Amino acid sequence: MSRSDARLAWLLVAPAMSLIALVAVAPLAASMWESLHLHDLRLPWLGRPFVGLAHYRAAVADARLHEALVHTAFFTAASVALELAFGMALALILHHLVRGRALARVVVLLPWALPAVVAALVWRFMFEGEWLSHPRGAWVPIVLGDVWKSTPFVALLLLAGLQAIDPALHEAAALDGAGPWRRFRSITLPLLRPVIAVALVFRMLDAFRVFDFVYLLTGGGPGTATEVISLYAFSTLFQELRFGYGAALSTVTFAIVFLLSLGWVRALRTGEDA
Amino acid sequence: MRQFGATIILAAWALPLCWMLAASVAPEAALFEGGIGPPTLAHYRAIFAERHFWRPVANSLVVAGTTAALAILIGTPTAYAVARLRLPGARWILAGVLAVSVFPQIAIVPTLFLLLRTAGLLDTYPGLVLPYLTFSLPLAVWLLAAFFRRVPRGLEEAALMDGATPLRAALLVVLPVAAPAIATTAILVFLYAWNEFLFALSFTLGPERQTAPVAIALLRGRYQVPWGQVLAAAVVASLPVAAVVLAVQRRIVSGLTAGAVKG
Repeated sequence: MSRSDARLAWLLVAPAMSLIALVAVAPLAASMWESLHLHDLRLPWLGRPFVGLAHYRAAVADARLHEALVHTAFFTAASVALELAFGMALALILHHLVRGRALARVVVLLPWALPAVVAALVWRFMFEGEWLSHPRGAWVPIVLGDVWKSTPFVALLLLAGLQAIDPALHEAAALDGAGPWRRFRSITLPLLRPVIAVALVFRMLDAFRVFDFVYLLTGGGPGTATEVISLYAFSTLFQELRFGYGAALSTVTFAIVFLLSLGWVRALRTGEDA
Repeated sequence: MRQFGATIILAAWALPLCWMLAASVAPEAALFEGGIGPPTLAHYRAIFAERHFWRPVANSLVVAGTTAALAILIGTPTAYAVARLRLPGARWILAGVLAVSVFPQIAIVPTLFLLLRTAGLLDTYPGLVLPYLTFSLPLAVWLLAAFFRRVPRGLEEAALMDGATPLRAALLVVLPVAAPAIATTAILVFLYAWNEFLFALSFTLGPERQTAPVAIALLRGRYQVPWGQVLAAAVVASLPVAAVVLAVQRRIVSGLTAGAVKG
């Protein structure tokens, strides 16, 4: 019985697992293999010679890559910090809202559910002109647009966390004379910690691979002042047609996200044990 | 007082969308020189009559619809097995699925492009649906597994006691209960596929197979961005999303948070 159970389970799992292996895992490995070759689609007569780690040696010395990594890290830190702060505020508002909950939920959900292209273009329309041609100013609509679009996700996660907190805890603390701020710090925040951690991880990993917003708002400009890592890899691939080096850049992106995730998994584990 | 503060913040959140709607019906002159004119549907007429915007919309419907159908068809059995059958390593399968869904899309763009080119699938529907499975399958498996875990065990046990095979118990007893969750998952997958940009931009070559987001992003005027048309197209691409959000907002929220918050 249990053996046929396991056989049925494997049978049910097999199609999805093989498809994911085929369309996601295999191309990932192939990208790494491609990054070890010189492959320039503009120069087909060169063929596709193996060059070992040459692209990675070039990447270490590539100033444009360093800049793109700094930009990506800045964007991730700024947008995720703002999203957590605004997300907490929105979640508290929605949690305590007496009337108009359904309407509020729609208002909050819409920016999150809309295509990123739409969100990015709306913000570009609102900031067209001076802002976008300024190397630092151009970050303002990029970050604000992302905050506008992604805060709802954070807020809804936190709201679900808030709703899982037993109201009796707050009532007891209020009877003992704790004010709203004190109750927030001593009851709400500690109990929300796991949810905050999940929201933080998901948003960070998502922000680090940002592409649409920057592509549509500034195209990485002025110059390369707002170029992020995904955009640099994309233009190496599809504008310069240097597939070998482009694959190396995307592998670098993957490696960083992978290490970040490992770090987070470890941090969350030790957090759970404590 | 609190209600007032909430209203202000929610109004601020709605402002960009109102701005988009207003600009999409503003006459061309009002957009560039300021001032207000009578609302007009000229931009909407222009994107359909001159820009053939119905084509990318149809492409998006086909691609997102097929992606959602395939993800549900292939993902539901997996989610069921992971959540409810005694499967050694189920945790690892879920962890792997989650890992695939967070890794950066750009990491597989170079080889997918070369593979699709070799297979002659660039600029075709399968050439978009296959890459879309990389994020839609993990999403479907993750959401559905979270749901299947909450279905009471007693359901199948009763069916098994009555002599049903595990497969019959799953199909006849659990599946009907899961129908609403499957519908919600299908909707979420459809939205993700409808909104996707990087793959669609990389794996289409011209207007024939472009999806709506790509077509909007590439709308160009002769001298300047035709903002009226761009925003009208943006409104059109947002309509299905808005309709879905209005219709099933409550379920989207519970589906979205199910995987992340232990209730």
